[in-house]
Amino acid sequence: MITAEQKPIEEIRRMIEPYTSVLLIGCGSCVAECAAGGEKETAILASALRMAAKMEGKTPVIHEKTVERQCVKDFILPLAESIDDYEVVLSLGCGAGVQAVAELFPQIPIVPALNTGFIGETRDQGYWVETCTGCGDCMLYWFGGVCPLTRCAKQLLNGPCGGSRDGKCEVNPEVPCAWQLIFERLSAFNALDRLEDIYPPKDWSQKQGLGPRKIIREDQQRQET
Amino acid sequence: MGELAVTAECGPPKGADPDAILRKADLLSGKVDAINVTDNQTATVRMSSLAACSLLLSRGLDPVLQAVVRDRNRIALQSDILGASALGIRNILCLSGDHQSFGNQPHAMGVFDLDSIQLVQTIKTMRDQGTVLGGESLTKSPRLFIGAAANPFADPLELRVIRLAKKIRAGADFIQTQCVYNLKRFKEWMSLITDRGLPEKTNILAGVTPLKSSGMAHYMRNRVSGIDIPDEVIKRMEGVNKTRQRKEGIQICVETIQGLREMQGIKGFHIMAIEWEEAVGEIVERAGLLPRPSLNQDRGQFFYVV
Repeated sequence: MITAEQKPIEEIRRMIEPYTSVLLIGCGSCVAECAAGGEKETAILASALRMAAKMEGKTPVIHEKTVERQCVKDFILPLAESIDDYEVVLSLGCGAGVQAVAELFPQIPIVPALNTGFIGETRDQGYWVETCTGCGDCMLYWFGGVCPLTRCAKQLLNGPCGGSRDGKCEVNPEVPCAWQLIFERLSAFNALDRLEDIYPPKDWSQKQGLGPRKIIREDQQRQET
Repeated sequence: MGELAVTAECGPPKGADPDAILRKADLLSGKVDAINVTDNQTATVRMSSLAACSLLLSRGLDPVLQAVVRDRNRIALQSDILGASALGIRNILCLSGDHQSFGNQPHAMGVFDLDSIQLVQTIKTMRDQGTVLGGESLTKSPRLFIGAAANPFADPLELRVIRLAKKIRAGADFIQTQCVYNLKRFKEWMSLITDRGLPEKTNILAGVTPLKSSGMAHYMRNRVSGIDIPDEVIKRMEGVNKTRQRKEGIQICVETIQGLREMQGIKGFHIMAIEWEEAVGEIVERAGLLPRPSLNQDRGQFFYVV
């Protein structure tokens, strides 16, 4: 999933300050899972903004709505019914959600309420970790299911740097050295020989070669009747 | 029987003054065969390694260009390799580089487009096949003696051996180790790499760093990544009066070199006297490594091995 965290409320308030009517749009997918922009967080932020405005003697219209997936056009199309009642949209979607709404409703300004983080996993309650970079050419077979591009601070593809200590990363002693994990997993499966070959330089054209990436699959497209 | 090589290290200044690097170089002149010039070590902005190497060449010294993959992508790295060779630099040491979070630019993007092993392989291909990454031909190949680093003290040991084998297969003509204080662990590593027949395929330079004080010993052990200083070394430093600690540090360094000399497979020493270039002359002299053989006309092969 995509993780995110809410921006400081002062920053959000500065961005919406000129407007007297605001529609908050939450998202029920990834950012709900990481408790940043789901239905609950959207309601809490709306209340906090109302309260803060009231303290200053202002009474802006602040409404909220949460869609199931803010980054999917079909899920945000119904917003067309009411979106023009507001001067600004405050999105609690990830960066993709914010831009999907902006793309579909070019007539209304949009403000992000979240800082989008990374592709990661929920390791435990309240604990999310980054594990994938979305490089476009998955190498996890070679590294025993641990991605060095994402989890090694130096993105090393041919073994650990000289700085790991007691199996921890030199950059952050709370984080395990990715290469320690790779070593342990490959050892457990008798596959250490996978590390003997020199892994070639990464083909970054799969990620950034032609600007933003897209996938087009005709078999998935709506058929004209 | 070849002669043991001796190299040292010289950190460029945090400024644009050429004399700062030349003063350090003059202290090392005649004491060592080649001088490593560090590349923005500890991720702190300094005069570029390439420029400082060029200054060393102007003094008739043989520089080793340190090149880290932290700050430059493959286009910039390959370009600098051609430039280095054109300037007459004949040695290069390929490193990952200290992580950007440790220095004075913690907001910098870490590039890491290639890793150090891929850089070794890239330079070897440029030199021996005359092509850049992707296969396009060069009009003239760079001439460089290629080095890489190894840390015998980091974990897991088995992976350290695999990684060294890869560096050698990638094309490392020489290997500089992390500074040795723990001879026992170093011996263990030497025995593992000897089992794989690695020492005869490259030239291993054992790294040493003289300790200036017991404070430095504690700092290095606790704060510098990848350094292993055993308790007995710390105790020796603490055991002498503060005014005599530098002397003791040099003594330990000389003894370490003597211990390393007895090991099979060591082709020389890399003395990293951090901001203490004055110490190098005394260390090489007392370790019996003087005089240095006169420099080859063709700089760049600082190993006088048969």
